[in-house]
Parts: sequence; C-alpha cells; structure tokens
Amino acid sequence: TALAFFAPPRWLAGKGLIIGAGIVFPVITLAALLIYTLLAAPRLSAVEPADVTIEVVGHQWWWRVNYLDARGEVDFATANEIHLPVGRTVELRLRSADVLHSFWVPSLAGKLDLIPGKDNRLRLAATEAAVLRGQCAEYCGGPHAQMALFVVAEAPERFEAWRAAQRQPAAIAAEDAADSEAASGRRLFLSHCTTCHTVRGTRAEGELGPDLTHFASRLSLGAGILPNNRATVAGWIAGNQHLKPDNLMPEFRFDSGELRTLAHWLETLE
Amino acid sequence: MTALPNPGVRPEGEVDELRRLWRRPQGLRAVTVINNNYVGVLYVGAAFLFFVLAGILALVMRVQLAVPENDFIGPALYNQLFTMHGTVMMFLFAVPAVEAMGILLLPNMLGARDLPFPRLSAYAFWAYLVGGLVFFASIFVGWAPDGGWFMNPPLTTETYSPGYNADFWLLGIGFIEISAIAGAIEIIVGILRTRSPGMTLGRMPVFAWAMLVFALMIVFAFPAVILATALLELERAFHWPFFAAHLGGDPLLWQHLFWFFGHPEVYIIFLPAAGMVSMIVPTMARTPLVGYRFVVLALVGTAFLSFGLWVHHMFTTGIPQLSLSFFQAASTAVAIPSGIQVFAWIATFARGRATGRVRIATPTLFILGFLFIFVLGGLTGVMVAVIPFDWQAHDSYFIVAHLHYVLVGGMVFPLFAAFYYWMPYTSRHALSERLGRWVFGLMFVGFNITFFPMHFTGLAGMPRRVYTYAAGYGWESLNFVSTVGAFMIAAGVLIFIIDVARRFRMSAEDNAGNVWHAGTLEWLPNGNYSNRSIPVVTSREPLWDQPDLARDVEAGHYYLPGAPTGGRETIVTSPLDARPEFVLRMPMPGWAPVVAAWFTAGFFLLLTVKLVVPAFISGVVAVGALLHWGWSLDPEPLDEPVDIGGGIVLPSYMSGPRSQAWWAIGVLILVSGSLYGCAVFSYLYLWTVSPEVWPAPAQVAGIGYPLAEAALLVASSLALGLANRQLGAGRRRAMALAVVAGLVLLVAAVGLEFFAQGELSPSASSYGAAVYLLASIAGFFTLVVLVMGLFALARAATGKLGPVRRVTFDNMRLFWHYTVGQSLVGVALVHGFPRFAG
Repeated sequence: TALAFFAPPRWLAGKGLIIGAGIVFPVITLAALLIYTLLAAPRLSAVEPADVTIEVVGHQWWWRVNYLDARGEVDFATANEIHLPVGRTVELRLRSADVLHSFWVPSLAGKLDLIPGKDNRLRLAATEAAVLRGQCAEYCGGPHAQMALFVVAEAPERFEAWRAAQRQPAAIAAEDAADSEAASGRRLFLSHCTTCHTVRGTRAEGELGPDLTHFASRLSLGAGILPNNRATVAGWIAGNQHLKPDNLMPEFRFDSGELRTLAHWLETLE
Repeated sequence: MTALPNPGVRPEGEVDELRRLWRRPQGLRAVTVINNNYVGVLYVGAAFLFFVLAGILALVMRVQLAVPENDFIGPALYNQLFTMHGTVMMFLFAVPAVEAMGILLLPNMLGARDLPFPRLSAYAFWAYLVGGLVFFASIFVGWAPDGGWFMNPPLTTETYSPGYNADFWLLGIGFIEISAIAGAIEIIVGILRTRSPGMTLGRMPVFAWAMLVFALMIVFAFPAVILATALLELERAFHWPFFAAHLGGDPLLWQHLFWFFGHPEVYIIFLPAAGMVSMIVPTMARTPLVGYRFVVLALVGTAFLSFGLWVHHMFTTGIPQLSLSFFQAASTAVAIPSGIQVFAWIATFARGRATGRVRIATPTLFILGFLFIFVLGGLTGVMVAVIPFDWQAHDSYFIVAHLHYVLVGGMVFPLFAAFYYWMPYTSRHALSERLGRWVFGLMFVGFNITFFPMHFTGLAGMPRRVYTYAAGYGWESLNFVSTVGAFMIAAGVLIFIIDVARRFRMSAEDNAGNVWHAGTLEWLPNGNYSNRSIPVVTSREPLWDQPDLARDVEAGHYYLPGAPTGGRETIVTSPLDARPEFVLRMPMPGWAPVVAAWFTAGFFLLLTVKLVVPAFISGVVAVGALLHWGWSLDPEPLDEPVDIGGGIVLPSYMSGPRSQAWWAIGVLILVSGSLYGCAVFSYLYLWTVSPEVWPAPAQVAGIGYPLAEAALLVASSLALGLANRQLGAGRRRAMALAVVAGLVLLVAAVGLEFFAQGELSPSASSYGAAVYLLASIAGFFTLVVLVMGLFALARAATGKLGPVRRVTFDNMRLFWHYTVGQSLVGVALVHGFPRFAG
C-alpha cells in the first residue's frame, strides 16, 4: 500500500499489477507450498511398529493415561503425566470419555483431537530428556483452562525402571506398622474416596477419577495445575472448587488433623 | 447522450404527491416504517449496538487475562463471555451489519424507489432486533450459551449442558439465520430486478455485485447451520442420536455441517466489505476502479472456493491425510481472488496518485488500515492453511490473532470507512474529520497492540478459550500488552459514538449530499421516495459521465417522475440488461410485518425457556399476522397500463416467470434445496460412520410402501397441474376441487411414510433418527403447502384469485411441485438406499 503512495506509480497503475502480483505470484508460491506439504506429510505418518503404546483418555477435566501391553490390554494406569523413553517411537491412542478434547504438547508434536467414537493415533518420538508441559487445546467446558499434563521424556533405562515401579501395586503393608499417621490417613481414604479413585493393592477401585496408586511419584496434581506436596494435597482436598472451579471432585470438610493424615498417606504412595 | 424521456416541465404537485405517498408514518405508527432509508439506518444502528455490546464482553475478558491466575471472573462466566462475544460478533453484528448496509444503500445505488419487498426487510429487522436483544440479555441471568460459538457436541448435548444456555443458542441463532435469509431473498431479487434502465450487469456498482454474491452465499450456506441446529435441538429435546457415538451418531457430523456454513460465513462477512472498499477507493482516488472485471470475477471466485475449504477447521480431528491435502489446496487458493482485489485497489490508488488527486480523508485512512491489517491476516491465513503448521497453531492464540486480523481488518475497518463515507448520504452533517483521525489512530494502533502479540502468545503454546493461565511460560507480558491495546480500541470507538451523537441527524431530503464527488447513483439528490425520476444509466459512474444527471433527475426528466397508479411504485427491469418490464406497485406501511416479527421472535424465545403454551399462542399470533400480510399482497390488476415516459408504456400487474414474486419463490426453493441437501448428506454421512445400525435389505419396509407413496406424490402434482389448467380457463370451482384432491394426496403420502416405518424408533439409533428427520422435513413442507393451498382456496372463494390475478396460486404451485420432488428424493433414499447398500 505504501508503494502506491510513494513509489513511481506508472507501473503500479495498470492491470498488469493485478495479473502479475495478484495472480501469477501467488499461484507459484502456493503451488510450491502445497507440493512441499505433500512431500512432507508421508514422513509425519509413517507406519512402523511402535515401541511403547499408550492410551490417553480425555475426561472433564483430566487425562487418564493407560500404558498398554503387547496384546493391547491395560498394563497399568496413571493420570495427567506421561513418561516416554527418549529416541523410541511412541504411539498415543487418543480417546474421549465424554466431550471433545485435544492433546497438545507444543514442544513434542502437533495437536490431535480426542473424539468420542473415534480412535485417533498420534506417533511421536522425544529427541532429548526433558519435562514438557501440555494442555487441552479443544474447548471442553468448565475449567478447560486447567486441564494440563506433563510429559517426562527420559533415558530408556530410567523409563524402564519407572515402568516397572508403576506396574506394582501400592506398598501398603510395610507402612502400617511403622507409621500410625499413614494408617489413619489410609482409613480415611478408604472410607471416603473409593467411589471415584483406585489405589491398586487396596479395595479402592473407583473409576470416576484418576488412579492414585503411585500418586506421590507424580510432579503435579489437579491435572497439572499445582505442584505435588503435602500442603497442596491437603489444600486440594479441602478447597479444590476454589482452586479449579466446577471440577467434578467434591470438597471434603475434614478437620486439619484429618487432612494432614490423609495428605501424608497420599504422599507415601511413591 | 440519449434524449430525455420526460423533457417537459412536470405538473405542479407531483413532488408533493410523491412526498405524501412515501412519507414516514408518524406517532405510534412510526415503528411500522418500511422505507429502506429508515429501516436501513435502524438496522445498521442495531448491528452497531451489538458490536459495542460484544466489544464490552471482550473488554471484560481482557481484564481477566491481563495477569496470570487472575480471579476477577471464574470459568462459568468467562465461558459465557467468549461464547457470546463470538456469537454476537458473527451473527448479530457482522452479517446483519453488511445486510443492513445493503438495505440502506442498494435501492438508491441501483436507482430504484425501494427494494421489491420492503415489508420483508422490516420483518427481518424487527425479528432480528427483538430476538437479538433477548438473546443478549440471557447473559445477565447466567443463561447465556457457554459451549463456544461453534457449539461442538457432545459438550452441548443435554448430558453435558443441561440448562437453557445451549437452547438459547440453538433456537435464538437458528431463528436469526432465518431473518438473514429473508433479507438475502430481498437483496437478490432487488439487485436482479429493480436496477435502473440501462444498468446492465456490466455497469452495476461493485457493491451490488458483492451483495449479490453475499446473498447467494447465504442462500447456500445458512441452511447448513439451520439444519445443524435443528439436529442438535432434536437430540437435546427428544434424544434423536445424530451426534451420540454409542448409538451410531458422530460428533464430527456437526463439525462438517457447521463449518460448511462457518467458513463461507467468513467470506459472507468479507465480500460486502470488499464491495464497499471498491466503491470508496475510486471516489477517494478520483478515478474509476482499475480492473472492474477482475474484481467482479474475484468476488464470484471467492464464493465458489469458500465452499470447498470447510475442512481446514478440522485439520486436527484425525481425518485422512489425502483429503486434508485437498482442503489445504483449496484453502490456499482462496488467497488468489483476495490478492486480485488488493492489487486492484492499490493500482487504483496508484492511478489516482499519478494524477496527484488522491483525497486523504478518514475513509481513506480506514481503507489503508484495512489493507495493512487484512494483508497480514491473509499471510497468517496461508500459514494456518498449511497442515503441519496448523497442527501447532490450531486452537491457540495464533488463531485468535489470525481471525481478528482477517475479520476486524477485513470487515470492521471497511465498515468504519463506510460509516464515514456514507454518513453524508443519510445525515444532514458529515462526521468530524478531526475526530475521525483520532478514531482511526486509536483503533489502528490499539488493534495492532492488542492482536499482534497474540501471534507470539500462540506460538508460545497458549491455547484459546482459557479463562486463566499459569505464570512462567512467557505469556504474562504479552497478555498484558493485549489488554492495554483492547482499551485503546474501545477509546477509539467511544470517540466515534460521541461524534455520531453530535453530528448524525437523519435526513433523506436535506442530507449533506455528494461531499466526496462520487460517481454512483446513491449520491443523486433524493427524498423518502428515493429519486424524483429513475435515470437511464449508460456507464459505471453515471454522475461522473453525465454531468447534468442530477439536475435532470431532480427535475423529473427521467422515467416515472410521479405516482401514476396512486401508490408507491418502482420499475422492474430484466435481470441481465435492465430493460423496463413492468411497474411494480409496492405496499404501504402496516402493522402486520411488525407484529409478525415480534411474535415470531416471541415464539422461538418462549419455546427456548420451555413455556410451551405462551409460545404456542405467540406462534398463532405470528402466523395470523403473516396470513393477514399475505392477504394484502397480489393487488387487484389495473386496467390501464402506465406511461413512464420516453414512449414506454408498461403493465402494472405481472404474474408468471417475469414477476418479482416468482423470483422470490425461486430463491426460497434454492434455500429449501440446500437445506434438504444437507439433510441427505447427514443421512449418508451417518451411514459411512455407522453402517452397522442400518437395516439389512430384508428388514426394510416392503417395496409396496415406497411405490404407493411415489404414486400418491405424482398424482398430487398431476392434480395441481389440472387445477392450473382449470384456473387458466376461469373455472374456479373445478380448480378448487383439484387443489383439495391434490392436498389430500400429498398429506396421504406423508402419512404413509410415517406408517411405513412401523416399529422404528427415532431415538434408538442414528438410522432411525435420520429416517425420521427426512420424514419430518417432508411433513413440514407438506404443512406449508397445506397452508398455502387453503389460503389460495380462500382467495378464490372471495374472488381474489382468477385467470389473471393469480400470483398467490403461482407461488403455491412452484412450492408445491418442489415439495413433491423433494419428497420423491426422500422416498427413493430412505427406501432405496438400504436395499442398495445392504
């Protein structure tokens, strides 16, 4: 536009400009872009067997993460945190339990939607060890803004150690004798929380909320919105509707002693 | 220069007669006004009101996002705010605003006295205003929709959105779309049939071209969203599973239908704005537009391409790669016609500059701002059309930046240019140039401060539609800058409002006049009756090429200088070369359209909040008013033809293919066909997703049903043909019998289809839902034909229908034959497809 006012205007004032700059130039540029995309696309969706297969199920407003075994059965479940071995091909099977969500970890790959009734698959490989943050990118109502997750890309040996530990049920028996505070926290959990949460190795087998078997090993809580420690856990149990308005977990009116024991026990679930 | 048609001195009192006939109704009856200059201004004003209201919602959101983890407002309100901001801006501001500009400007620009169906524009305006205000008010009681302006299911189904909020969107917006379609029919027929003699398509102002393309796009795009909203409301209210995956539905069906509308929507908004720019640039450069034909072709080309790229809103849904690549090609190709127009405007400025005469006034500034912003938006548009890039940018703030560059740059800035440019046409004073520079400066700088940083916010990973965000990811300062910019835009708009309040004094007769020395007909001297006489047009800029035109038009030396039939009239011309065909007698103001509009709005809004009985009463009043209105159409033919001057004597009554009503029904049939096409698409799409819920050939209802239905339908059409012949021969009684027989046959066919489905339940599977959808549409159309048929019979009984006065009958006949054809397609699909596919 500035050209029209300041450049020598003779060549600008005719139909030649429209044909040259308005038709010929964009046709060539856009055709080049299209060819580039067509050439690039097959590389992005190459089909080779994946080293690790993970099912990611979107819920309002958290992520269920199921590691699958060779037969495609659930090996173990975790939530809001994905561990990957660096340099290996990982296949994410993206499903939704309710509404549309979208899986997006910007530093790892482009986004792909989680759609009820569809089986979307995203293949990726982490190139270096890092902790990456991701967030739901398809508006899913309520506190959509607070549906985040962390991806931990780590060396294959560390990943295997983590996977072996996650497979185990929670270590309960050893603690009860040594730690009475943990024991009373556990009793509180088993009387209030089992409708929604699972802790493998106990009778808590609820499916509505995240699996908490190795809760203490995770970086965050509330789907990636708070660091995971005793203070934040206690705060979450008592005040999650303030921290994450309209999320589906009720607030519990425990006294401060009860909150402390419950948070303490949850933080023993390494 | 041809000789003037009416060279002599006109009789005294002729102008007073025109003034009297076209006078605005006074007192309480002022709301019944139908003149395009009044309805147009009210319409533009209402659209601007919604622009301001939606802008205020945006300011509240920007305050919330100014700092991370802000607790100014929570997610419940924020989600309503961003849903309403998008919805109101798209449906209650952008589309109505450009449609309103068309109603305000087109008749005068084309040299007509008014649009051909002035009461339809009044109806569209009132329905929109009442519906829109109530819809907006829903936010004050927490009932505003909160599922996003795109309303994706399953989030918007009853399970996840149980309140009235989603219903307000579905019924409110679905209904406002109907008002937009009414306006589009008016605009299409107006542009094609009421141009001045001599204004061939090749001499038509670019704005009229843009509005013609705009209206045709509405005809094909809006039915898709109307159908989609109907499907979602059916699923919410009656559990017909169009989108529920576990019963064979698919959430992606919604996205296909919505974006089949939603992408053309962007160009529906942009093309009229581009049309305005193509009017303003030549005036400001004081030289005709360079490349008129290229620009017109670009408008048409954009329209075609825009229907082929809806899937680029769905690049991240996991659709197969090859089909994505096709849509990438189409999405990038649409940059070409936009580029053509941009370079045509630059070339026009350059030619004006070559002669040193470009006028830098406020409209010019807004056009330059538009070019800068829109070109940037176009560049990011090409970026997001490239699939791998989109996988990152999609649903991030990058898209927020992109779409505001395209829409605010492509539509709001041209609209402000148009406000400044056309203000002297409708007001006694132009707006202030001094304040205009402030308005432009604040809006342009504020816009870029607000939205340019959002490109980076998005690339840094911030998703859209979040009511809060975490600190520590580099989003804080960018967001704060955006908030500051948003208030600068608001300051600019505020100064504009103050200036309008000070300087805008509506007037047709004492308007400020042709202050820009523009070349097109709307700048002729005019009154409520538009032009004193209707000029002959011999070029694209008649006022530049015929120096005496204004004087001669004002002196009544051109066509139709008076009111020979004693009422409001305009000349209807042929669609291609604008040869005069007949004089259209136009209606006077009346309460029927206003009452019909208020109660149509009442019906939909009361239904939304499940007040079924009041809604029903309101609906009955609305239908009554519509019938009352319809009764006054099709006036008694006059015996004497009308002499409009220049030796041209025209009939003042026309039926059949040359009448304006025939054309309007024709466009309505295009709308219906588009709606039905979307329904057929939905049926077939659901089958591709879930063929397992479709019946095996043996389970389909017996072949006797479809054959019997087809026979009934064909017989109904034949009965109608018989009725037509009897009417032509003047045998009213035989005509009435044939019509009754035809209606009975038609109703029987629909009834048989519902009977044929037997045990099938519409809520059991997507197959049942799709079958009942098609049957329900057939039922609805049959009901409309039934009402039209009874209406025609009533007119025949009261002597208002005969061999000559037969427009009512012809309208019914067209729509009836269409309904039969549509039902035949439905029968073939519902009964044939499972046999063939299974």
